[in-house]
Parts: sequence; structure tokens; C-alpha cells
Amino acid sequence: MTVTMAKAINTGLRRAMDQDGSVLLMGQDIGALGGVFRITDGLWKDFGDSRVVDTPLGESGIVGAAIGLAMRGYRPVCEIQFDGFVFPAFDQITTQLAKMRYRTAGRVALPVTIRIPYGGGIGAVEHHSESPEAYFAHTPGLRVVTFASSQDAYDVTRSAIASDDPVIVLEPKRRYWDKSPLETGDAVLPLPLASIAHAGSDVTLVCYGPTVRTCLSVAQVAADEGRSVEVVDLRSLSPWDEDTVLDSVRRTGRCIVVHEASVSGGLGAEIAARVSERAFYMLEAPVLRVGGFHTPYPVSRIEDEYLPDLDRILDAIDRSFAV
Amino acid sequence: MRLIASVWPLCDDESVDDLVQLLTPAGQRVEHPDYRLALEAGELLGLYRDMVLVRRMDVEATALQRQGELGLWASCLGQEAAQVGSARAQRPTDMCFPSYREHGVAWVKGVEPLQILGLFRGVNYGGWDPRERYIHVYTLVIGSQALHATGYAMGVQRDDTDDAVVAYFGDGATSQGDLNEALVWASVNAAPVVFFCQNNQWAISEPVERQSRVPIAQRATGFGIPAVRVDGNDVLACHAVMSAALETARDGGGPVFIEAFTYRMGAHTTSDDPSRYRIADELESWRAKDPIDRMRSYLETEGILTADQQLALDADSDALAAAVRAGVLEMRNPEPLDMFDNVYAGAHPLVTAERASYASYLASFVDEARS
Repeated sequence: MTVTMAKAINTGLRRAMDQDGSVLLMGQDIGALGGVFRITDGLWKDFGDSRVVDTPLGESGIVGAAIGLAMRGYRPVCEIQFDGFVFPAFDQITTQLAKMRYRTAGRVALPVTIRIPYGGGIGAVEHHSESPEAYFAHTPGLRVVTFASSQDAYDVTRSAIASDDPVIVLEPKRRYWDKSPLETGDAVLPLPLASIAHAGSDVTLVCYGPTVRTCLSVAQVAADEGRSVEVVDLRSLSPWDEDTVLDSVRRTGRCIVVHEASVSGGLGAEIAARVSERAFYMLEAPVLRVGGFHTPYPVSRIEDEYLPDLDRILDAIDRSFAV
Repeated sequence: MRLIASVWPLCDDESVDDLVQLLTPAGQRVEHPDYRLALEAGELLGLYRDMVLVRRMDVEATALQRQGELGLWASCLGQEAAQVGSARAQRPTDMCFPSYREHGVAWVKGVEPLQILGLFRGVNYGGWDPRERYIHVYTLVIGSQALHATGYAMGVQRDDTDDAVVAYFGDGATSQGDLNEALVWASVNAAPVVFFCQNNQWAISEPVERQSRVPIAQRATGFGIPAVRVDGNDVLACHAVMSAALETARDGGGPVFIEAFTYRMGAHTTSDDPSRYRIADELESWRAKDPIDRMRSYLETEGILTADQQLALDADSDALAAAVRAGVLEMRNPEPLDMFDNVYAGAHPLVTAERASYASYLASFVDEARS
């Protein structure tokens, strides 16, 4: 069947709750309303107050209480309403959640999932369009994942919940209503590594979440211009799949990382550094990055200037070949 | 312009009239209309013994820090009654979440002194299993653990058991957002958690007046949480008040807030110098309210504690101190590669690769030495 990414996440949550009574959802407005994006639609009605918990309005409280619930044996799935609202919980996530296994010498596992709708492109007001992945990928103890298709949305949601590590799931909110095929299998897969979303031979585009669709469009347009673009969808940002990226770059000799977050100190910088370390002599051109600028996320009327789009990525490809 | 509000006299005797007290500073047993306590002689003696041993361990730890064997020590000197009394009131399966000064609580929960000291020596971040001892590892970021306690209590509610949960924190923590969020969460969820605040009057160098213009306990009522103030240097009152609070939580009565009015007799930690910010008179006035002295006086008067028992306890104290000292000196450093353990439950290729890389780097020195 073909479903929206939003429906795929919803189906994944429902399946996880059906299969494991210790799974519970917590967040603001996730009950009767079904969440501000309706991702939890219908779950409160079917699972009730004790498993779909409308929390008080405080992000630190959501994550801090989830830690306690996890210590008691539950698998909490927290919804943070928007990317820009995760920072009140940043201390609980980075100081407590990420480090608890380490601090307790492996005695305490915290299987907590934190879902964060992230990224721009929806014409939102401030604090509703951000890409905070680098903060979390920089934090040992966390796993950070995202997805770009309904199938991955369903699988990643269930894998994250089943993981004994805390997982940050960054949901590309502007793709929530994109439809793609979904098969709802019973098996819970391991958290994914990268996938080749489009095979090519001239240049590798490394992307994830909302920029995957953009990069696939780039691959189509570039093909018309005679360039064969390989698109690597990272899916997991911590860990990220060095082997798949390097294998691709060794074949193409060119690498461009595309993400919405500011490129300065971003995940692209880490990827560029690793590629340079491990495949320097295979490169035909420096690794390039296309992403946000070192500014706060701009107002929505000009957000398209900030977000990496078809033309900026094609321009980067041209620059890569100009070397 | 006046920058600091005129302060409500928190430390004056007048302001502490409402403290629940069952044992006066002179060691006289008094009754309280709301809090009865009927402990056997053996239990009373046990409370005294706990306090004496905890203090001996604490003093030894301070000495070990001064001799360079611990990196830091946060003394609980003066707070033994609040900790031992409140901890002895718990059932073995009542989970509690301490800050970093709850050595008396940890002791009662069955944590070995050396398991406590590992953190301060720098060989681990928490030497015991929280699931086994029902006390979480120490939390050093102020107030964070109150939310963990509340979440844990929400889990207890869902398990439909009558366990209760305790969050330990100090006066300074009541200014933290997390503590306030925990009070909101616990209140609206009627979570079975007792918030046990040891108001020891000082957050490092800041007096409690820098945290609150009203008695700490009064804040709880704004969250809809019943609150009680107790003489934190009275082990009997702390036991009684905590027992009642735990029963309320168990019976579905929701959270209770306890302010144990006590005093940090030592420095904040061994890195601190209280002579820079507090006057000697204050210390002396609190010395007269010492929790151990008053209990000893009471037990001797009642004939519960004999001279022989005291002598035996003194010998046990010295033996404990000697064992603590020997154990600390024997504590081994972790191996360098242990650093990579327990970052994740499952495999993480980056950690695996960095571990392997660092292992071969270390091994390169071994090869040099051999060649």
C-alpha cells in the first residue's frame, strides 16, 4: 500500500505498542488531539491515558520523567512538538539520558525514544524549522536517526523503540505528507545503515531526511545534463555509515554533503573530515557541503534561500567538476 | 536602588516553630500530635549506630581527601539524622534518587562505603547497582534526579504496586527548573513520590535567602503538594515524618514535600572554604543541635545505650574507618581501554574503531619497549 510518512510513523507506533506493553507515549497534545502533526492520531482512544500520556508543558519534564519510567522498566516514546523546543530538554538528554549507561557501568539501560519533527520548508514561525542533529550526533551515548520514505519511517520508528540505547528520531516534517509504498511486517529490524537511494558513477551526494527528495530530483536533472549522480541516504546519523559513503566516494571520486543545518560545525563537516582521512587519494575534488548558512534560521518568506535546493546543489556539482 | 529584597528571617528561632520535633536538642523525648513514633529499643539503637558509623566514614573520607587519596569529598556532617531517619523509614523496594551528599541514605540502603567512595576517588561514576540497592547513583547536576524520581513513580503507578519513591535534594535545588517541573509532574499525576529537601542553609556560599523568600516548604503548597517541615537534626522526627509521607504516597494520596531543616556543618566540598562566607557563631549554634549528641543523650537516659555498647560501637567505628582507608588505598584505576565500555548497549562502529585505534596506539609503546 502507499501511505503518507505520517501514517507510516503512526502505524509503527501502534505496532510497537501492540507488541510490547511497556511501550508508552508521552508528549504535549498527543492524546485527544493526536499531536500537532496528528502523528499519534487514534492511539489515545485505543490505548488510553496510561499509555498515551498528555504531559504538562515542559520538555525537560518529558525527558526527565521518561528516564525515570525507563528505569522502572518502561519504553517511553517522547514527542517533542518542534525541533526548536527540544532545548529545554537538552540537559536531560545530553547529561542524563545519554550518559546513564556509562555512569552506571552498564547496569542501567535507558530505552527512551525521542521523536522530533525537524527541518524547515513549511512556512513556519521562528523555532519551528531547525535542524539540531549535530548537537545530538556529537553526544556519545545517543543514537540519531532519520528517514526519507514511509517504509523507513515505519521500520526506523519500531527499531528505535526496540533499541536498548536512547534514540533521537528526527522526523522530516515537510515530508510528513509525502506518499510512498509501505509493507507492515512484524519483524523489528536493527537500526538502519545508509542506503543507496539512487545509483550513479560521477559524484556522490550524501544526504538524509528532507534533503533526500531534493537530491533525487538533482539526480534526475543532472542525468539530463549527462552527469550520473549517486545519492546516499544516510538514515542513521550516529553512527553514520562510513563504509557505504566511502565505497561510493571511491567509485565516483567526488563527494558533496547536503543538509539543512548550518554547514559550519555541522554533520557535513564530520563527513568531509572522515572522507578526507580515509579516501583522500581517491578524491578528484575537495569534499563540498551544501546547507544552511551561519545565521539563525531565517524568516519563512526567505527560507527557500537558506535551504539547499536543486540549483544550489547543481551549482556545487559544477564546482566539484570545475576543479 | 535596593538590589536584594529584605529577607524573611529564615534561620531565626521564631521562624522554625512549626518544625516537627520528637527529640529536643538536649535529648528530651517530646510528643507531637500528628506524628507518633513507636520504635523498639533495637531500632532506636540502630538509628544511632547508623549515624555514628556514617559520621566516622565521612570524617575518614575527608581525611583521605586531604591526603590526596580522594579527588573530592562532599561531607554530610550534621545531616546524619535527616538522611538516616528518612532512609530507615523506607521499605527495601522503595526506590530513592539522591544528590551527591546522601552518604547516610546510601549507607542505610546497603551501599558499601567503598562503593560510595569510588566516585570521589575517580575510579567510577557510581559503584553500585541501582536496581539491586534501590538507590540511584549520585546525581551531580542539581535537581535533575527529581524528575527521574517522578517518572519512576509514574511507572510504579502503572505497575499497580504500593512502592513509594523518594527524591533527595537540597535548598539550592529548589531554584532549578527541573525540580519545579518535577513538582508539577508529580502533582498532576498524583505520583507516589516524596520530595525530601534537606535545607542545610547553604548552597556552597549562598545562604538559603538567595534561593527563596519564603520557607522552602511553603513553595510546595503552590503546586498542590502537602508540605511539612521537620527538625532535620532529629532522627526520630525525620523517621516519623517520612513514614507518614510514604504511607500517603502508597495509599494514592500523591506526592508529599518534606523540608528537613538542618545544617551543613562542613564545607560544601573539600574544595570549599566556608570561612570566607559564614560566621563561626552560626556553626556553634548548630553544634549545640547536633543530631548524634541528642540521640545519644536520649538513649543513655532511657538506658537503651549502655557504656559497654558505646565502647563496642566506638570499636566498630574505628574498624570501619580502617577498612575504608585500606579499601580506598587498594582501589585500582580502571584500564585505559575501559573508557570505551558501556557507551552504548549495542555496537557502535565509531566507538569500536576508536577503541581499536587507541589500543594499537598503546600497544606501539609496548613494542618500543621490547625492541
